[in-house]
Amino acid sequence: MLPSIIGYYSLILGLCSSIIIFYFSIKNYKDAVLDNKILSFTFLQLFFVIISFLSLVLSFINSDFSNETVFNNSHTTKPLFYKISGTWGNHEGSLLLWQLVLTLFIFIFLLKSQNQSKQYRILTLLFQEIIIIGFFIFIIKTSNPFNYIYPMPKQGLGLNPILQDPALAIHPPILYFGYVGSSIIFSSALAATTLNIISREWASNIKNWILVSWIFLSLGILLGSIWAYYELGWGGFWFWDPVENVSLMPWLALTALLHCILVLEKKIALTSWVVILSIATFTLSMCGTFLVRSGILNSVHTFANDPERGLFILVFLFSLIFLSIFIFFFFHKQNNKGVSNFFWLSKETSVLVNNWFMMYFLSVVLIGTIYPIFLEVISSQKISVGPPFYNKLIIPFLFPFLLAMAIGPNLKWIKSNMDNKINLILFFVLSILLSGFILKNLHQKFLINTVLLSSAFYLFFITIRDLFTKNFKNFSQNVAHFGFSLLILSILLNNIFSSEIIINLKVGESFEYNKTKIIFKDIVQKKQKNYDSIIGSFNIENFDGKIDNLKPELRIYNQPNIITSEADIKTTFLSDKFMVMNSVQNQEYFNVRYQVKPFMIWIWSSVVLICFGGLISFFKKKNEK
Amino acid sequence: MRSKLFPFVLILIFTIIFIFFYKGLNNYNIYIPKINVNKDIPLFSAKLFESNVEVNSKEFFDPEKFYLLNIWSSWCVPCREEHTLLMDLSKNGNINLIGLNYKDRTDNAKNFLNELGNPYIQILVDQTGTKAIEWGAFGVPESFLIHQNKVIKKYIGPLNQQLLLEIKSLLK
Repeated sequence: MLPSIIGYYSLILGLCSSIIIFYFSIKNYKDAVLDNKILSFTFLQLFFVIISFLSLVLSFINSDFSNETVFNNSHTTKPLFYKISGTWGNHEGSLLLWQLVLTLFIFIFLLKSQNQSKQYRILTLLFQEIIIIGFFIFIIKTSNPFNYIYPMPKQGLGLNPILQDPALAIHPPILYFGYVGSSIIFSSALAATTLNIISREWASNIKNWILVSWIFLSLGILLGSIWAYYELGWGGFWFWDPVENVSLMPWLALTALLHCILVLEKKIALTSWVVILSIATFTLSMCGTFLVRSGILNSVHTFANDPERGLFILVFLFSLIFLSIFIFFFFHKQNNKGVSNFFWLSKETSVLVNNWFMMYFLSVVLIGTIYPIFLEVISSQKISVGPPFYNKLIIPFLFPFLLAMAIGPNLKWIKSNMDNKINLILFFVLSILLSGFILKNLHQKFLINTVLLSSAFYLFFITIRDLFTKNFKNFSQNVAHFGFSLLILSILLNNIFSSEIIINLKVGESFEYNKTKIIFKDIVQKKQKNYDSIIGSFNIENFDGKIDNLKPELRIYNQPNIITSEADIKTTFLSDKFMVMNSVQNQEYFNVRYQVKPFMIWIWSSVVLICFGGLISFFKKKNEK
Repeated sequence: MRSKLFPFVLILIFTIIFIFFYKGLNNYNIYIPKINVNKDIPLFSAKLFESNVEVNSKEFFDPEKFYLLNIWSSWCVPCREEHTLLMDLSKNGNINLIGLNYKDRTDNAKNFLNELGNPYIQILVDQTGTKAIEWGAFGVPESFLIHQNKVIKKYIGPLNQQLLLEIKSLLK
């Protein structure tokens, strides 16, 4: 009761402080004064959002069902951890979290940028406040988390059980840090364009924000994939689901931006790229919010099907896009000074090549994601774009991309004379031989797989070599690129060598296929706090006589009444053994799926390694200052 | 000239995208099966199980005859139970059974029919499950009684003796 009232009025007060900040920034812009008044109002705005957020958390902890959001998404029998994570496991709460990160980041930005020009800081604040006010109005008008139910229900409807998972509990906050971090990049790029101060100094200041968003976005995507792998029970980790795509798109833009900013930090070049990519990253994040929250796409993430919400974000998103287009074309001045010494075999070219690859991948994902919407509007036909589309369009380009990534970093900044040509070719021959050897027993698609695998190995070898020969000069980049090569390598090997058995079994039965024997030993039923579980016990006899015991589980949640299947996964250094069972309408039989997935743990670790590369770069910069 | 025009082209493109998204918002996109009783059969085209020949709905059903379209799959356990009833029904000369093989593997489906017999005069293939959606099905098994290109009765879940008698009485 009381927390809801406090929360609601804090939101209103937050909106008021945003409007005051907006007013002061316009007033002070001409005089270029950024006084403590603005800073304290920014703090106040943050403070109100924190209060509002905490009161929602409190309502969830106390299971205060007079609050509509709590009623819809919580239940008294839920463990405390999921009560708290339930705060952002729904549309209203997650927007409040989004707002919290927005206001937190602009406050940090103001604190950290004190040695920069006042006009630039005020203008960044101004653009950021436009976004913040937009979201305040959105929350209060269409998705108020503090709606009130009378009479108070005795019990809530419960949190969707597939969301009750530790990886997913922290997935939204991490992802939001990434998304919202890009809003600072957006505002700051617009401010810098307006003032025409895009310089090497600006680049090194904004670089940390780019790194932070990039690291969080990568981690957020990783957590989402891990969750999908363990919980959705499809045995994969990436499904080209529209909602996965909308997190991948800003990531691609951000990765390109990160590379551009590294060039801009060294010399004035690629300024248009930097501005456009900064705008693109944030608009793509917003576009993701729109696609997910409006219910225009149907997926596990669609919380609510409310056209009013969709319309608001849509109008807001396009106002921001039009504003950015206006600013870009009105104020941006192409700096042509540096172009004359742009040698074709230089690092800048390789960054440019990287950009074009990223743009290509981005457009493939974008088209695959929004084409179904367009088609439905034109012809009211429903289609879904699946993996074959992406595989066909992305895989052929992966090969040159990996090669370019291997060679690119070895080019020197302006001129490169390719002194280690022989070395590079030697590694290439080695990679082809190695992949040919690994794949020699593969009958189908031998050629394409060999080509892909050898280019991945090539990148792998080159990055290892660079890791040791370059005396840690470019350590962060080496680590990140090494992580990426490992990622591609593990994904490829995982795809090629995965095997799967699907069978209907009942207790006592066994099934043998390809020297693997599955024996269904027994099932046990258990009662847990908020679900009943049925645990099957299976023995897997491998061809080498080793026996593994796997225990997949079915959970029957009582509130709401949903059955989920928990996969049992035995992870080893080289491969995962994955087993999931589903009940068939007839009680005796269970549909059992057994998969051997090589190198799963390598996929996860390589993404962590990539993020670690970013982290090194972030702290290296700090130390130099 | 070119650079002056460019922003307007960009704005035009984004405006078009906006319109598409706006229109898209009004489409309701949660799939709800309709109970299509006494409605025309949906228009569809599908491949035949044995010959891989593409057929379409217009010429497939003879309006004078009764048909029972049965959605089945080899992995569906209730289908197995229902199958003996279908075998029984197929001996009745007044009705033709059509199978719609739902999200199945061809070899599994063949084994299933070899083991339990084939009551169908024709089997349509629905590899992706979209045809079943066009028919308004919730899942497998499901059966539609068709006469004069209309669905007269829909049976969700496996058929039983009682329903079988009902179908037989409807045939008269």
